[in-house]
Amino acid sequence: MSAEPAIKIVKQEKAKRKQSTGKQQLRVVIVGHVDHGKSTLIGRLLYDTDSLPEGKVEEIQAICKRRGTDVVEWSFVLDAFQAERDQAVTIDSTQIWFSTDNRDYVIIDAPGHREFLKNMISGAAAADAAILVVDGEEGVQEQTRRHAYLLHLLGLQQIAVVINKMDLVKNDPEAYDKVARDVKDYLATIGISPRFIIPISARNGDMISARGKNMGWYNGKTLIEVLDSFENAALPVSRPLRFPVQDVYRFQGKRIIVGRIESGILRKGDRLMFSPGNEEATVTSIEVWPEDEDKVEARPGEAIGITLDQRLFVERGHIGSHTKNPPMLSNVFRASIFWLSQKPLKVGNSYKIRYGSHEAMVTVQSIDKVIDTQDLADKPDRKEVKRNTVAEITLRARDLLPIDPYTDNERLGRIVMYDGYDISGGGVISMEGYADQRRRKQPKSENIYKVEHLLNHDVRARRAGHRGGVFWFTGLSGSGKSTLAMAVEKALFEKGYATYVLDGDNIRHGLNRDLGFSPKDRSENIRRIGHVAALMADAGLIVLSAFISPYRADRRRARRAAGEKYNELYLAAELEICEKRDPKGLYKKARAGEIKDFTGIDSPYEKPENPEMIVDTAHQDVETCVEQIVAYIERQIALGDLADEEQDKDQVLDYVV
Amino acid sequence: MYKYLDELEAKSVYIIREAYNRVDPMCMLWSIGKDSTALLWLVRKAFLGRVPFPLVLLDTGMEMQEVYDFRDNLIKEWDLNCINHMCPPEEEMDQTLPPATRSAMRKTEGLKSLLSEHNFKGVIAGIRRDEQGLRAKERVFSPRTIDGAWDFKDQPPEFWDQYKTEFPEGAHLRIHPILHWTELDIWRYTKRENIPCCDLYFAREDKKSGKMMRYRSLGEKNITFPVESPASNIEEIIHELETTNTSERAGRSMDKETEDSFERLRAAGYM
Repeated sequence: MSAEPAIKIVKQEKAKRKQSTGKQQLRVVIVGHVDHGKSTLIGRLLYDTDSLPEGKVEEIQAICKRRGTDVVEWSFVLDAFQAERDQAVTIDSTQIWFSTDNRDYVIIDAPGHREFLKNMISGAAAADAAILVVDGEEGVQEQTRRHAYLLHLLGLQQIAVVINKMDLVKNDPEAYDKVARDVKDYLATIGISPRFIIPISARNGDMISARGKNMGWYNGKTLIEVLDSFENAALPVSRPLRFPVQDVYRFQGKRIIVGRIESGILRKGDRLMFSPGNEEATVTSIEVWPEDEDKVEARPGEAIGITLDQRLFVERGHIGSHTKNPPMLSNVFRASIFWLSQKPLKVGNSYKIRYGSHEAMVTVQSIDKVIDTQDLADKPDRKEVKRNTVAEITLRARDLLPIDPYTDNERLGRIVMYDGYDISGGGVISMEGYADQRRRKQPKSENIYKVEHLLNHDVRARRAGHRGGVFWFTGLSGSGKSTLAMAVEKALFEKGYATYVLDGDNIRHGLNRDLGFSPKDRSENIRRIGHVAALMADAGLIVLSAFISPYRADRRRARRAAGEKYNELYLAAELEICEKRDPKGLYKKARAGEIKDFTGIDSPYEKPENPEMIVDTAHQDVETCVEQIVAYIERQIALGDLADEEQDKDQVLDYVV
Repeated sequence: MYKYLDELEAKSVYIIREAYNRVDPMCMLWSIGKDSTALLWLVRKAFLGRVPFPLVLLDTGMEMQEVYDFRDNLIKEWDLNCINHMCPPEEEMDQTLPPATRSAMRKTEGLKSLLSEHNFKGVIAGIRRDEQGLRAKERVFSPRTIDGAWDFKDQPPEFWDQYKTEFPEGAHLRIHPILHWTELDIWRYTKRENIPCCDLYFAREDKKSGKMMRYRSLGEKNITFPVESPASNIEEIIHELETTNTSERAGRSMDKETEDSFERLRAAGYM
């Protein structure tokens, strides 16, 4: 590559290359209207701080020369995509590193073109601070306003405005004043007061690292000085503890609940409560690798595992907190959102939302405001929210969700919305106008009291020689539920256990005779079975239930009904295999359209996320599967330490006498 | 030491656990280099010492002997499950590509055959944003179309640590847990955690020229070359990186053949 200085670079006094400080990084996003010079500014920042790789300047000079431009296009540093070089626009956000004397920076370049708003958000959402670039000649434009509004919605507090291309307006202070005033006025209406508005020329390098000679009238800080004055967000250590469960691992008999601390501090020995189930247990250890017995405390941002003193029903999405200050519970909340999908958001539509690891289906109850980011007017048409617009909406869920409003918890108070496979929008939660329903979470009828039995499960278990339990077989039609349940029942019976199979034949014809196959009836069917199974297990039986039970929410209810006696056995066999088996000829009928809403064909099967046992019924024969299941059940129902608690036995005698 | 690494580490562990929960079956590409070995360490952190999915070496038969030796030792020491997957020969590659790019394309094709053979829905890869302009634009969870291509002009939005983890049958996901790390971060972390790495990274005297040379990035012998450097241990490497401006991939010939050769490689499914 030719090193001859073909193209002139306006030289500024260059800072000596800064060493990476090894301190915490500050992530800065650069936003603004298309063509106002964002990428150019970054190229220049890197050049001025001597952060470009060796040979890069020469490479860019050569590319510029080939393309017939006579000035160095600093944006070529970042616009690495061929398509971007050709059209001279940034398509996707990119990241690049540089350092000053004070700290290390990650610069996020976000595209200014309207079409690429989703990429701008992807970039800006990861930032600690923002630089809003405004063209000194063109002034405030459409994307200047939209980006500023989104920064505000994304919760970015530290914003510096740069008025770029001052060289094009002859470095005139009046031109600067006019644009600066416009920017300030707009930002004021959305509640942002920028601490710094800096006149710069990215092309010439004025007021970026060096002050340059062209704008002696400006007495404020240079861009680098401004960046160095920004601060990293403080960790939310003093907020209430939030520990969303990411997964549950079973390693060598240990049940380890993993997740990331989003706020507060978790300590070994703390009493935790998991919402929305509200069960409580005490932290017995904080698990990290390599093992560290001194690990007794975890702070925001840490990805850890914990063990508890009791086996609670805890799964992905549950939110751990201390028993004081748990999240609110509600099935309705408000959100200020930005919408990114081609398909408009409409009232009555359902979307999947996620916050932390919690996932839920919600329905749009109302669109309360559609905001025009240009003049901030409330648009009269509230039927839908179109792509790239912002709005305020009310969302409703089927069950109670653990909720923290954004003002209480920045990390869990924001949702991402999915439409089908795609992330289609996002926003921040508000509970304005809605009450915490936590206190109302008790049985519907106040007049039902649980009757205290004189005998309990442990007593019954000791008499029977084994515990009761619910073994919930779930899987597609044809995965082997009934076949295995019957075979397992027989095997257990022959070994002397008290056991019973619940299946379609003995349930649908009696207890659930009034139910059909609509989603609602299916759900009710499973609810009743869940409770029947729980009662029978409490009575000491080993209950084997054999139902497709395709919905996670339904299985979750069954689990709640039986508590720790519940065991989910996932009979894993791919659809193709089940369909090939088709023991009752049902798949054929479903394919022919004779049966509607058939699981796997035109109705979904939601795989268990965290079953107690996965049985590979696709590749193992019945005998092997039965052996595995029986062995598993025998482990679960063994009396264990119940067998030698003599003291309890005396109590039983008391009761009997 | 280097407290800021805790934050990078926690983020990676979170991503790895997220992938394990959402994507099944999954594998991890282990090129035996410093990045994917540090990544492997992070996987063991995430699963408390375990590696609950197979590792894959896309083998062209052209890795340096030291690399194979290092792999064999670590597999034994850490009790790893590693699939050695052979890549198709160079004659089968697109002949319009420049020679080194063509050679790199073998890995792309090897990956495709791996995916169809094992039906993996997700592949964890140890790429970083600071390596190369194109990788800087990557997503953490990055979908590939059915033919393995990367639609870089229309990537899904990704923010607030929420990822797109579901996709149509037949497509697959690339998962990039160390995208936010830099080369310097990796070396500082390797030192702090005492992670083993291949000797080729350390300078030794080149017999022909008498100069001190080391590999900054490990690739196949035909397309990767050592660079001049006196750094003969990790401390010296860290010091060198703190003061140098040379690109990490300077020793990779395929990146420079034409202006867009790396872009063509990646669009077709290269790591």
